[in-house]
Amino acid sequence: MKPLTITICTGTTCYVMGSGYLLSLQEQIESACSRPVEIVGSSCLGLCKDGQYGRAPFVQIGSTVIAEATAEKIIETLKQQTARKPMEQI
Amino acid sequence: MNGDNNVQRIKRRLLIETAALAFRGRLAEEIDALPVKLFPKGSTPTRCCIYKSRAITRYRLMAVLGYSTQDETDECTPLSEYVRRAEESRPRSGPILTVINEACSACLKGRHYVTNVCRGCVARPCVTNCPKQAVQIISGRARIDEERCVNCGLCLQQCPYHAIVYVPIPCEEVCPVGAIRKGPDGHEQIDEDKCIDCGKCLQACPFAAIVERSQIVDVIRRLRQQKPVAALLAPAVAGQFPQEFSKLVSALLKMGFTRVVEVAAGAEMTARHESRELQEKIGAGQAFLTSSCCPAYVQAVRKHIPALAPFVSQTPSPMHFTAQQVKQQQPDMLTVFIGPCIAKRREAADNPYIDYVLTTDELGAMLVAAGIELADCPPAEWTESPLPQARVFAVSGGVAETLRTVSPEPDAVRPMLIDGLDKKSLKLLSLLPARGTGGANFVEVMSCAGGCVAGPCNISQPKTAARKVRDFAGLQSPAARAVS
Repeated sequence: MKPLTITICTGTTCYVMGSGYLLSLQEQIESACSRPVEIVGSSCLGLCKDGQYGRAPFVQIGSTVIAEATAEKIIETLKQQTARKPMEQI
Repeated sequence: MNGDNNVQRIKRRLLIETAALAFRGRLAEEIDALPVKLFPKGSTPTRCCIYKSRAITRYRLMAVLGYSTQDETDECTPLSEYVRRAEESRPRSGPILTVINEACSACLKGRHYVTNVCRGCVARPCVTNCPKQAVQIISGRARIDEERCVNCGLCLQQCPYHAIVYVPIPCEEVCPVGAIRKGPDGHEQIDEDKCIDCGKCLQACPFAAIVERSQIVDVIRRLRQQKPVAALLAPAVAGQFPQEFSKLVSALLKMGFTRVVEVAAGAEMTARHESRELQEKIGAGQAFLTSSCCPAYVQAVRKHIPALAPFVSQTPSPMHFTAQQVKQQQPDMLTVFIGPCIAKRREAADNPYIDYVLTTDELGAMLVAAGIELADCPPAEWTESPLPQARVFAVSGGVAETLRTVSPEPDAVRPMLIDGLDKKSLKLLSLLPARGTGGANFVEVMSCAGGCVAGPCNISQPKTAARKVRDFAGLQSPAARAVS
C-alpha cells in the first residue's frame, strides 16, 4: 500500500507549539490506522498568519488542514478519509 | 509527562501573547484583557468553566511577569500594576517555582486501588503476599484496607491480571527531594528549604498548577531600550529548532541582541579547569570528584547530601566562564543566558556576571512574538569554534567525554554517569562518600535524564535534540562510533 503523506509544519510558530513531537509519531499513527504513512516536515505552510485556520501547530493531510494538531486529531482525520473512499483510491 | 501536551501549549501561548505585547510596548495597556482573549465567551473550557480558566491565567501571567504566586495578596491589583512595578528593580532571590492554589487539584494521597478487573482468583497472591494483611476478599473481589496499607506495591507486582493500580500524586512522585507536599488545605506547597529548582514537578503536574518566575518581559524591555545585550546560548539550544544554528544567530541579532555567544566555549574552559582539579584532587588522595555544572544537582548536595559536598568540583560552570569573559570584554554588556533549565535561574541569581536567564521555550515564544521565521533568516557568519566535545556537554555523558578529551591522560579519567536525579539516584549519591564509586574517579551528574537536551523547558523532543547537538558538533553518537 502506498504510504499516505502527512505534512507537519515546522515553521517557527508550529515548532514552538509542539510540532517537533508530531514528527516522531509515525509508528503510533500507523498502528492506529493500520496503514503505512509518511510523515514529512515542511517549512512554514503560512497557515498561522491566516486567522481562519485556528491556531498552531498545523498539519496537512491531502487537502485537509488540522489546526491545533495532536496525534489524536491526526488519527481521527485519517480514519475519516479512509472511511470515505475505498482503500485502493487513496 | 514529557513532550507535547496541553499544559505545555497553554504555557507557550501565554508566553507568546505576553511577549508580543511586550515587543509592541502595549503590555501595561492590554495585559489585563489577555485572560479573556485566551478564554473568550463560548470557548470550550479545559477546567470547570471559562471563569476559572481566566482566573488561573491571571496567576500564570503574574509568573510570566516575574512574580511568584505568593506575591498576590489582595486579588484586586490589576496585572498592569505588576507590569509597572516590574519596571523598577526587583530582588533576584525568592522562590522560582510556585504553586497556583486555585489550579492545584489537591490530588488524593497516593495509594493502591483494586480495579474491577479483579477476578477474585483462587491463588490470591495479593492477599498472601501483603506484609500488613491489608488485602481482603470481599464479595468475590480483593479490597485494600487504606488504614493498613503501606503502599509497598507487592500486591501490584503479584496480581496476575494487573488488576491493582497505584495512583500517585504526580508532582510528589517525581520530586527527587520531597520538597513538594500537601499543605493543611490539601493543596501542594513547595518547601523552599528543600527545593532544588529541577522543574520536574512543573513538567509532571497535569493541572498546570506549577509556574516558574520568568524574566522574559525584562529582557524584551532591555532589547527595546536598545541596550547592549548578549545572548549566551547553552549547548542544548543548538538542538532546539529545526533550522541550523547560524540562522538562529541571525534571528537573535534581528530581534535586537547585540551579540551571540556560544556557552560551549565556557564548557571547554570548565572541562579544562575540572580536568586539572581532578588530577590534583586524586593526586592528593581524594577518592573521586563529581561534576558541578548542573545547578539542580549542586543544590541537591547542598540541601540534602552535605557529606558529598567535599567531593563536588569547585570549578565554575560553563555559564559562569562564558558570562565572565563577555563582561571582561564589554563591562556594560547585559548578559542573558538562554538554556532549557529552570535551576539556572537560581545559579544566575547568585552569579555576578549573569543579568538574566531565558529558557528555550521563552526564546521560541519571543521568535514567534517578534514575527521572525527562522527558515527565512539568512545564515549568519559563525566562526566560533569551541572544542567539538564541549558542544555536546548538554547530552548525558558529554561532560565526562569532554573531560577525557582535554585530559593529558584520557584513560586516567574513569567516569561514572548519574543520568537523571530521582529518589533512587539521590540515595545512590548519598552512599558514595562512605562506599566509594567502585573504581570510577569522576562522577558526572545531570538532573535531567538524557542531559540538558531533556530539560524542563525544551521545545524539541530530547532524542531529536541530542542528535542535532551532535550533528552541530560534528560528532557521531557513542553507539554509532562503536559500530563503525
